[in-house]
Amino acid sequence: MADSTQSAEAIVSDVHKKIRAAFEAFDYESNHTVDVREIGTIIYSLGCFPTQANLHDLIAEVEEDHTGYIHLDKFLPAMTKVLLDLKFPSIPEDLLLQAFEVLDKEKKGYLEPEELTKYMTQEGEVFTQEEMDEMLTALADPEKNLVYYKDLISQLTIDPDM
Amino acid sequence: MGCGMGKTQLQLKKCDRVSISVPAATAIRAALLIQRWYRQYAARLEMRRRCTWKIFQSIEYAGEQDQIKLYTFFGFLMDHFTPASSERNLISHIFRKNEFCHDTEWERYFCYKSIEVTDSYTGPHLTFPMTFCGVSKLVEAFKHKQQLHAQYVLQLLGETWRLLRIFPNISQISAYHNKQITICGDLHGQLEDLLLIFYKNGLPSSEKPYVFNGDFVDRGKNSLEILLILFGFLLVYPNDVHLNRGNHEDHIVNLRYGFTKEVLGKYRVHGKKILKLLQKIFSWLPLATVIDNKVLIVHGGISDKTDLDAIARVDRHKYGSALTPPKPTKHAVNGSKTQTINNREACGPVEGRRRVCSLTYCSSGPAHRHDLPRRSLHNAHVSSQFNWSLEKELKKRRRMAGFDQSYGELRKSDSDSDPESGETTETDVGEWKQIVDVLWSDPMAQNGCIPNEVRGGGCYWGPDVTEEVLGRHNLQLLIRSHECKQDGYEFCHNRRVLTIFSASNYYEVGSNRGAYIRMGPDLVPHFIQYQASRTCRELTLRQSVGWTERSALRALREQLFVHKSDLISAFQEFDPNNKGMISLRHWASATERVLNLGLPWRLLRPQHVSSTQCGMVDYQQWIRELSITEPKQEISDNSILETMYKNHSNLETIFRIIDTDHSELRFLNFYNKSLITFEEFRQTWKLLSSHLQTEISDKAIADLAQSIDFNKDGVIDINEFMEAFRLVDISAHT
Repeated sequence: MADSTQSAEAIVSDVHKKIRAAFEAFDYESNHTVDVREIGTIIYSLGCFPTQANLHDLIAEVEEDHTGYIHLDKFLPAMTKVLLDLKFPSIPEDLLLQAFEVLDKEKKGYLEPEELTKYMTQEGEVFTQEEMDEMLTALADPEKNLVYYKDLISQLTIDPDM
Repeated sequence: MGCGMGKTQLQLKKCDRVSISVPAATAIRAALLIQRWYRQYAARLEMRRRCTWKIFQSIEYAGEQDQIKLYTFFGFLMDHFTPASSERNLISHIFRKNEFCHDTEWERYFCYKSIEVTDSYTGPHLTFPMTFCGVSKLVEAFKHKQQLHAQYVLQLLGETWRLLRIFPNISQISAYHNKQITICGDLHGQLEDLLLIFYKNGLPSSEKPYVFNGDFVDRGKNSLEILLILFGFLLVYPNDVHLNRGNHEDHIVNLRYGFTKEVLGKYRVHGKKILKLLQKIFSWLPLATVIDNKVLIVHGGISDKTDLDAIARVDRHKYGSALTPPKPTKHAVNGSKTQTINNREACGPVEGRRRVCSLTYCSSGPAHRHDLPRRSLHNAHVSSQFNWSLEKELKKRRRMAGFDQSYGELRKSDSDSDPESGETTETDVGEWKQIVDVLWSDPMAQNGCIPNEVRGGGCYWGPDVTEEVLGRHNLQLLIRSHECKQDGYEFCHNRRVLTIFSASNYYEVGSNRGAYIRMGPDLVPHFIQYQASRTCRELTLRQSVGWTERSALRALREQLFVHKSDLISAFQEFDPNNKGMISLRHWASATERVLNLGLPWRLLRPQHVSSTQCGMVDYQQWIRELSITEPKQEISDNSILETMYKNHSNLETIFRIIDTDHSELRFLNFYNKSLITFEEFRQTWKLLSSHLQTEISDKAIADLAQSIDFNKDGVIDINEFMEAFRLVDISAHT
């Protein structure tokens, strides 16, 4: 019994360290606060895949009364729970592939920028123009200006464990 | 955050030809999934980019701090050494305290007429006075990678020197009459960025005034070309082109950061002369620009002590390098307290040095009085904010420059001899601090004003200081540069402080955009951003982040390698049982303690170290893997090797000081290489070892010297020596 408790504690301690490390990268004044606009990046970087709605809810929980800042004291417990509960699990590669194939109705193996733009900016939790431009810069093959999603998925979903 | 932006007309047109035949619900689910995935991916990229940025920045600032420490040390030595000491000569070189020169002698020294432009020269030919066609020709020539002949360089610089001497410390300009003013930040020798700005914005002219806010040189490889272009435009449009001094317009900083090397490399025979003239020009660059008494533009920033009246009053040219504060005159023998001004009789040549700044240079024609630029008196608004009258100052300067008097008449005025004129007073240190603050300071988020220990000079100032200083002078905006920003510009302090940075891809290809400001009569800044390198546009976002990151990690690995021994000692403190393994937390804490760079080591860990199960680090192996290529020479004493590597920047700086002194001997040097003697090498090491408080025996130095190729009569080739450790600048590869 004692062993499993200890390992549970160790797990929590490890999670805390991860959260602190990510938080510190944006804690510019070294006073355990970050700008609320950065919190999405922090949460994502901890390996989570929340929707925008999820993010909104989490932020509402931890923001300091509309100051525009989030303090580590509130963020740490909330985020720990998120990580321990695996609340926003990652997206399996095959599911992602299916999603792209749904949009690629002609089964070409790639998406044209206009196609992708239409979906990303009109459906679901739509992208801003800026996000869309950035996505195309990031994902489109520079020469052919097409999004070869199959290659991308395998290249991009692997990332070193934080 | 991503809540529905309306469709644009453009989007509709493009998308109309794509018809959706997928069931709506499925499409929505698919889109949601992809959006979620992409946002996560973009955020992780952003995190990596932030860490990379922090690495570059902290290494950059640590380097500046390092240099200032070195110079402070030399200053300390100067105060406390007895004349018998042989090291004194070396340090004297560094501070050039023994150089007295009359202005006529300077004019003769800088005379370009004896330099012949032979027929084999294929570069541009300039005529003076400078014209718009002349500068345009110069820009074109530099675009085609031509080099300007030394004769023209010296002539252009000479004209610039004379012109700058009549400018006030603070330029007053106006955006009335619908003039748009263009303001550029740091350029750091990156000619492509300047050319890009001219391409997008047009060349400077009376209709298109420009302010260049310092740091034109160092790091990039075309610092000299940038200076020549900027000075060229200054000569043609002295009322419409304004240059502020930056902390890199400083001959001592240039020794370390590449400008000195660039000039000596491009002009092997006349390089030293050019550098000396530039040293004077830098000290004569104005310190600030003010637009319509409302917008203040300085390179670094302000401090709580900043007083524009005081700055307007200083003799700015006395402060050749911001790194060496003015020192009171010494008695030669026993280093006792300074003599006061009243005891001038004892000091001999002082009277003789008070000469008029004559214009007795080697040109044929008489001074063209009617061509003289009429600055500021037209532009200055009704009442200047400052108590010091601009008019008075201008009159004084013109008198000093010899415009208002007949040739040969002696007046009591400052000469342009070297800074240590032997008449420094107590106010000098206060003045010096005003200048250093304005050139070196950085803003911070917290209130207050604290010394800028990261850079080693100037201060960190907070939003309360901004409010106070701006309020005191009735200003509304402070524009400054000095810090690289990812988007080329950034506001802070409630949008009262604006940083503008014009060197794109500063740390690495893809690291950041550059930007410039356009400002009209409403004094609202508008930004234009750009990124110079052709290759970077072709990279995807991921590749660009990856490239920059790899470069930063390389730089960081070098830092880690350099501190190998210290790291091992620090790790061993956490490993009392000598297991060779420590926890990640201890690894991070030890590494930060040794390197002191303030980096988020836990986040960087995956890039540097692979952890075993249970999250432990095999630190011995890690250190082994850090080793870069073994140096070519076999050197027995490993600690010297490490010390040398750790201090290679300092070493190189000192070598270059010595080298600069030699360059007039260069025509004797068949191989045209940068050489120092064994004795100079030994002296350098002795100095450095006392700075670092380590013991290095004469025998160890002799062994070291032996192992380096000394087949040239006891001289060392500096570049070969540095190359032995693969200490090649990243900039050499771009």
